[in-house]
Amino acid sequence: MIRVENLTKLFGTKRAVDGISFSVERGEVLGFLGPNGAGKSTTMRMITGFIPPTDGKVKVGGFDMVENPIPAKRLIGYLPENAPAYTDMTVSGFLGFAAEIRGLRGEAKKKAIHRAVEMCFLENVLHQSVETLSKGYRHRTCFAQSIIHDPDVLVLDEPTDGLDPNQKHEVRGLIKRMGEKKAIIFSTHILEEVDAACSRAIIIDRGKIVANGTPQELRKKSEWAGAVTLRVKGVAGAAVSSKLYQVPLVNRVTVVEEKDGRVTVSVFPKPSEAGANGEFARAVGEAAHGWHIEQLQIEEGRLDEVFRSITMPDTAQEVKK
Amino acid sequence: MSTTFGNIQAIAKRELTGFFASPVAYVFIVIFLLLCGAFTFLFGGFFERDQASLAAFFMWHPWFYLFLVPAVGMRLWSEERRQGTIELLLTMPITSSQAILGKFFASWAFLLLALALTFPVWITVNYLGSPDNGVIICTYLGSALMAGAYLSIACMTSAMTRNQVVAFIVSVVICLVLVLGGVPRVKEFFDAINLPWLGSLAAGMSVMTHFDAFQRGVIDFRDLVFFGSLIGLALFTTGVILRSHRTG
Ligand SMILES: Nc1ncnc2c1ncn2[C@@H]1O[C@H](COP(=O)(O)OP(=O)(O)OP(=O)(O)O)[C@@H](O)[C@H]1O
Ligand SMILES: [Mg+2]
Repeated sequence: MIRVENLTKLFGTKRAVDGISFSVERGEVLGFLGPNGAGKSTTMRMITGFIPPTDGKVKVGGFDMVENPIPAKRLIGYLPENAPAYTDMTVSGFLGFAAEIRGLRGEAKKKAIHRAVEMCFLENVLHQSVETLSKGYRHRTCFAQSIIHDPDVLVLDEPTDGLDPNQKHEVRGLIKRMGEKKAIIFSTHILEEVDAACSRAIIIDRGKIVANGTPQELRKKSEWAGAVTLRVKGVAGAAVSSKLYQVPLVNRVTVVEEKDGRVTVSVFPKPSEAGANGEFARAVGEAAHGWHIEQLQIEEGRLDEVFRSITMPDTAQEVKK
Repeated sequence: MSTTFGNIQAIAKRELTGFFASPVAYVFIVIFLLLCGAFTFLFGGFFERDQASLAAFFMWHPWFYLFLVPAVGMRLWSEERRQGTIELLLTMPITSSQAILGKFFASWAFLLLALALTFPVWITVNYLGSPDNGVIICTYLGSALMAGAYLSIACMTSAMTRNQVVAFIVSVVICLVLVLGGVPRVKEFFDAINLPWLGSLAAGMSVMTHFDAFQRGVIDFRDLVFFGSLIGLALFTTGVILRSHRTG
């Protein structure tokens, strides 16, 4: 549904987006991650046709966004960053306008508004002026606008920004459910949302894609993927780590905590062994034979750590030391 | 074609709803009517003229509009840009020309409503005497076109900046230039410095000159073309400016 090829945007001489290519099919939810200023919003603005690309192509449902924008835009629902909405209208007036612009009139318009209001829980503020809405309600109003015509493609720039925890949960669920029948791209800074809603995630940094895969695949890039956390009782930390270093597969051992006669260590495999974590965990377990083991846990890998090591390679090194 | 019309209509409706939701619209109408009344009867010498015509009423229009029309038009695009709603508007399945026209027609309709509300002056003059109503209708038409021309310029300047005050000032200045070209003093000045052709050019470009024809009860094709092309040019430039912002 969405096909992006070699997309590039220059602001003056600054490359805000630098040769990005990816595609999203129906039934996929693509999470868009990246540090502030990475170019997420700029990419979304080009996909939705708000700004023309300096170079590259955007196709939505087979229509080129530059050459044939109107049919392409018809397929898209868009929630821009900061959720703009007309402050001089009521919520229902605003949604009515959004419906009319999408060609809905009369009964169809009423139904569309009703559906969007129900999905975004806006019944209470329907006749309130947008100007006086709280931030979260304004965000939901703009979100309602984006789904009013039940579009095939949804582009959501930080859809959960400013929502309370319950609403965040609702919106994630909504995205996941809608993703079964639509192609959705959404950006976020909250990594749990990647697990909660995405079938795939892309991390971009300084305008370039630096990682692209399912949440599980991304997690495997973590140094933590396949690492083992071990807690034993009655042994000194130094003794534990020197023993574990003798295991051939072990790359590094860190003492996390030593307290009340208990030692917690994290044991990292050599990079080549990361995949075969069952074997690695068994090897660690054998080395620990004879100690009083309170806990032995295989780590799945941590997205936040992947994110940090990919987008801030220098600082991640610092943290390790 | 019907979607084009539907889109323009939806934009115009939104614009008018938004406009009437704030007190600005009502304040504007009241100020316009008060100014019209005061200037016609107090300073225009409506009674002293002792003739049944609305010349004392219409003569002020180019000057009222100079400030009032930019006040209506200044928010059209600057507010969209300041609030970020332009990102919604221009990612909807409409062309930017439809958006520009929708906004323009909505504000023009509002100005025409204000103008129509001056009908008591017309009734008064018909009660007091027997004016040439053909001339009056003709001048109303000229006034409406002039308001549209000023509005298209305000629309253009409001696309230039997200600051309404700047948009207002720039459009007042441009409109002022368009008015002054037709003032007799300017012609005298150019004659004095031996550049009469510049004086004629300035007069030809001035809304005053073309409005004058309507005040004499003449609907000349060239005057219609003048206002039409001024509006067309300003709205076209609005589109160019909007595109240039997005290209970054
Ligand atoms: N209109 C513009 N003119 C000049 N530079 C711009 C413009 N819009 C964005 N940029 C620059 O492009 C870069 C990417 O910005 P963008 O808004 O896409 O980042 P982002 O990934 O959405 O960040 P955030 O997480 O903070 O929302 C930034 O360095 C920004 O300063
Ligand atoms: Mg952003």
